[in-house]
Amino acid sequence: MKCGDFRETYVEDMAIFETAFARRALWLFLAAMAAVPAFAGGFWLDVVNRILIAVVAATGLNILTGFTGQISLGNAAFLSVGAYATAALAGKAGLPFPVVIPLAGLITAAVGMVFGIPSLRLKGLYLAVATLAAHFVIEFAVTHWDSMTGGVNGISIPAAAAGPLSLDGDARLYYLILPLTVGMLLFAKNLFRTKVGKAFVAIRDQDISAEVMGVNVFKYKLLSFGVSSFYVGVAGALLGYQARIISPENFPITLAIDQLGMIIIGGMGSILGSIFGAVFITLLPELLRLVVGPLSATFPQLTTLFSSLKMGVFGLAIVLFLLFEPDGMAARWHTIKNYWKLYPFSY
Amino acid sequence: MDFFLQLVINGLVIGSIYALVGLGFVIIYKSSSILNFAQGEFLMLGSYVCVAVFTATKVPFLVAFGLTLLFSVLLGMAVERLLLRPMIGEPVISVIMLTLGMASVLRAIVQGIWGTETVPYPEIFPTTPVRIGPLPVSQGYLYSVGSVVVLLAAFSVFFKFSRAGIAMRATAFSQQVALSMGISVKRIFALAWSIAAVVSAVGGVLLGGIRGGVDGAFALFGLKVIPVVILGGLDSVAGAIVGGIIMGVLENLAGGYLDPLLGGGVKEVAPFIALVAILSVKPYGLFGKVKIERV
Repeated sequence: MKCGDFRETYVEDMAIFETAFARRALWLFLAAMAAVPAFAGGFWLDVVNRILIAVVAATGLNILTGFTGQISLGNAAFLSVGAYATAALAGKAGLPFPVVIPLAGLITAAVGMVFGIPSLRLKGLYLAVATLAAHFVIEFAVTHWDSMTGGVNGISIPAAAAGPLSLDGDARLYYLILPLTVGMLLFAKNLFRTKVGKAFVAIRDQDISAEVMGVNVFKYKLLSFGVSSFYVGVAGALLGYQARIISPENFPITLAIDQLGMIIIGGMGSILGSIFGAVFITLLPELLRLVVGPLSATFPQLTTLFSSLKMGVFGLAIVLFLLFEPDGMAARWHTIKNYWKLYPFSY
Repeated sequence: MDFFLQLVINGLVIGSIYALVGLGFVIIYKSSSILNFAQGEFLMLGSYVCVAVFTATKVPFLVAFGLTLLFSVLLGMAVERLLLRPMIGEPVISVIMLTLGMASVLRAIVQGIWGTETVPYPEIFPTTPVRIGPLPVSQGYLYSVGSVVVLLAAFSVFFKFSRAGIAMRATAFSQQVALSMGISVKRIFALAWSIAAVVSAVGGVLLGGIRGGVDGAFALFGLKVIPVVILGGLDSVAGAIVGGIIMGVLENLAGGYLDPLLGGGVKEVAPFIALVAILSVKPYGLFGKVKIERV
């Protein structure tokens, strides 16, 4: 009997699923996910959609920040590029969604790579500051390019459609978002089993050694910006299709901080972590509302305090995670899993 | 010409406050290599605390101001002890996120106590304008530039001649050497955060006096100071001062002349466009220490 986590071959070490049970459990989970619209009504279905979109965006950010080590504060701006590209392609050009979503991703990838060029010379804090500047520059462009973006008033996006098929309503959209999210997660998971993904991780761990070992650092940094922004662009396109009307107010700098919070709380450099973090941060305000709702009958001032309460709890969650579980929920998940795997001889 | 001069004077005033807040950034960065994204929140909190103490206790304004400074010293020390000290040795991204999380908490506290409405400031400066040449300049501007100059001079003397100041410079130069010379690096970190909180609070009070009120937008000041410190060089005190003045004048000129052409908002984005340019040409700024590292 095995009494530890042994990997005896490289194939085993590289496998996504450690056991057949894990694979079957995932299939079961996906089946349950597919049945969600049958049980969840309007509001919660909307929340689930937002969670899935956040998962895609957080995975994108995690590829860049968690796996490649390039800190980006420009995620909200890249998200807005994806959403506005969707507005232009679907609204103005009338293209169907199977064309719009990849194109929006590619446009965002191109923009992301342009702003990734400074990463040739900058790293750490300086890159964070450069992407912060990118955020404000893109925000300025979006607010002032009235003919394309509708300026501060915003712009409306038609329902996702392809020929006679129209995905209006949260339930229909859900069946677009769910497979797309699963597919993109699978791609990301596999990416880090390939040469490209390994190069990203090498750059994060030690960029000079990576260069010495034959990784073209600049090329792979730029590629990381591209892949990451592609994910974020797809998330932006889905966000546009879901929100149906977007304005610059939807993409404040706090959104970028929220997404960094997702990967910090979930776990940097972990695909599972992006999922955990996105679920946690998206659910946090909703759960808070559930708690505050009944209490506000006795404490009416809670309703006015709600937005500051939300902000405070978010900040506190980040601070507490950084102080007490810096590797995020994914690390905690693995600890718990390993404990039970070896139960009752877990020491 | 009058328009130009007016813009330059406005720029100098705002720039002097930038310089003050930038000084806080630089002191923290020099001593502990942390970029404090909560600097704007320190400024906002200081500004609110001052006006709250003033209206609640009816003490003379200078006493309220003194109490605010005391509060800031304690705030800086508490933040360093409780939040930043456990983060020593953690990756850059964690420390950045910590200051961002702290910023979020501070904003929530301020919003929870004082709401989102503008809190009016008492008239702390005489209102009659003074004429400099052909231009009327409000006395508030002169007072604030004057106090910034005095404060910056005081800090230069402090760093140059006082025991604690020399210890701070030694720590910035090399923490190991400072430790082996018997300097308590922990106390220096606490001192750095206190100074940063104090200069931010002074900036907040001056800004509140000039604008006649304080609101949540004051927190954005922290982000706008980032281009300033990058221009001056993150680890240069003189750089923060020069950078502050240049950036203040630049954003006012850009706003004054380009806003009518581009339809508003240029003043807010100009420092960040300048930031991109600086980072691509001279990432270590005007006076920053150049760390050569080619990859």
